[in-house]
Amino acid sequence: MIRVAWLVARKDLAIEARSRVLLWQVLPFGALSLLLSGLALGPNDAGKSTSAPGLFYLVTLFTALLMIHRASELEHTSGTRESVATLGLDPAGVFLGKTLALTLELWVTGIVLLAGSVLILHTALIGTVHALPSVLVTLGAMGAAGTMYGALTAGVDGPATLLPILTLPAFAPLLVAGERSFSAALHGGALWEWWVIVVVALVGYLAVGVLLYGVLEES
Amino acid sequence: MMKITQRLLGPVTLALLAFTVVMGLWITPPDTLLDGGGNYGRLLYVHPALAWVALYVSFGTTTIASGLYLWRRTRSMTMDRIASCAMEVTTLFIALTLITGSIWGRPTWGVWWAWDARLTSTAILGVLALGYLALRRANDDPADRARRSAVYGILIAVNIPIIHFSVVWWKTLHQQATVLTATGQVSVHGSLLLTLLVSFVAFTLLFAWLLRARYRLEVSRDTARATQQASALAQRQREGA
Repeated sequence: MIRVAWLVARKDLAIEARSRVLLWQVLPFGALSLLLSGLALGPNDAGKSTSAPGLFYLVTLFTALLMIHRASELEHTSGTRESVATLGLDPAGVFLGKTLALTLELWVTGIVLLAGSVLILHTALIGTVHALPSVLVTLGAMGAAGTMYGALTAGVDGPATLLPILTLPAFAPLLVAGERSFSAALHGGALWEWWVIVVVALVGYLAVGVLLYGVLEES
Repeated sequence: MMKITQRLLGPVTLALLAFTVVMGLWITPPDTLLDGGGNYGRLLYVHPALAWVALYVSFGTTTIASGLYLWRRTRSMTMDRIASCAMEVTTLFIALTLITGSIWGRPTWGVWWAWDARLTSTAILGVLALGYLALRRANDDPADRARRSAVYGILIAVNIPIIHFSVVWWKTLHQQATVLTATGQVSVHGSLLLTLLVSFVAFTLLFAWLLRARYRLEVSRDTARATQQASALAQRQREGA
């Protein structure tokens, strides 16, 4: 399973490295969204770090949707599914591999957007660095959830519009927990309950994915 | 025995709903338990029972049926139909829960919508239910649709506690448990308690009745579709011969 996961992750990351969609499309979209969020708040509120964690996660969430859609579409390009089926790869390994690749891409995006929050939204550098562990775990949970929801919507009518309807409600608790833990890192406050939410979500999605991803591959 | 139960389901449901309406509107005194109190307190006989069905009974039915579909030994289109029909009824009950919650919230909080934990989590669950229905409509192949829906049904079940606790820890304005307190004490008595209990039974039976009717409709639709396909195929064969 681990070997398959590693193979699939390397395959997805190699495709990403060659196509450079993350670099030239996703990251500029994220940076632009962060800028637009500041403009939407107005000149008086754009630089207040109280709203920065929420804006950071909102932008990350929308950026993640693009990446999830792309990651799931990779498996539905002509002949890919048949090839995977012929190879007889362990579905749990495929799920873990895709989750790993998506999570790494989300981490890159998250770090760039965190730098953007320091620059544009004026979050304190030390507080932002303290928020990094919770951001990475939250993005890991989004990666696991996103892989499942991406597989659910791949190959059906209108996957690009269906994906947000299925994914965003599931991301709501991660948005809440992530925003609260980021705020706690910046301004102080209780942290443990938000870690519980994120870790439970991460473990829950990984467990469901390992058990049920194979069912979706039958589709 | 089964047939008698099915025949009695509708009349018993209607009788219990009528009992709830009469008791709730005319017999019981204006309530002082709910925040806002007075005649608004009569929502106590509708709103909690709707929420009970929406958040526990119907979501539970979908989850169990989805799980049984995914388990190879019990995999059948019957399970898929039960899960999907239950989710359709869930959507209706969630909408009614939100509407009655808003009607109570307006005089209590002064707004139709507040960032209350239960209200927010119920709305998110409503979108999850709509997502389930959207997923089903995006796929024409019955077996593929059933597989995807069953997996999504399980994912919803995983999400329910996560959404619940995240929003509860985030903020709550909602009135705490009124009927059965955290220590297990019953704080409602007499005609209020009787009406409340009957309302829970009535709305649970209403769910079962609606689910049964929707299930039968789904079976009829599948049968009609299969007959239509068979006759179209036979016609093509005749044309080819």
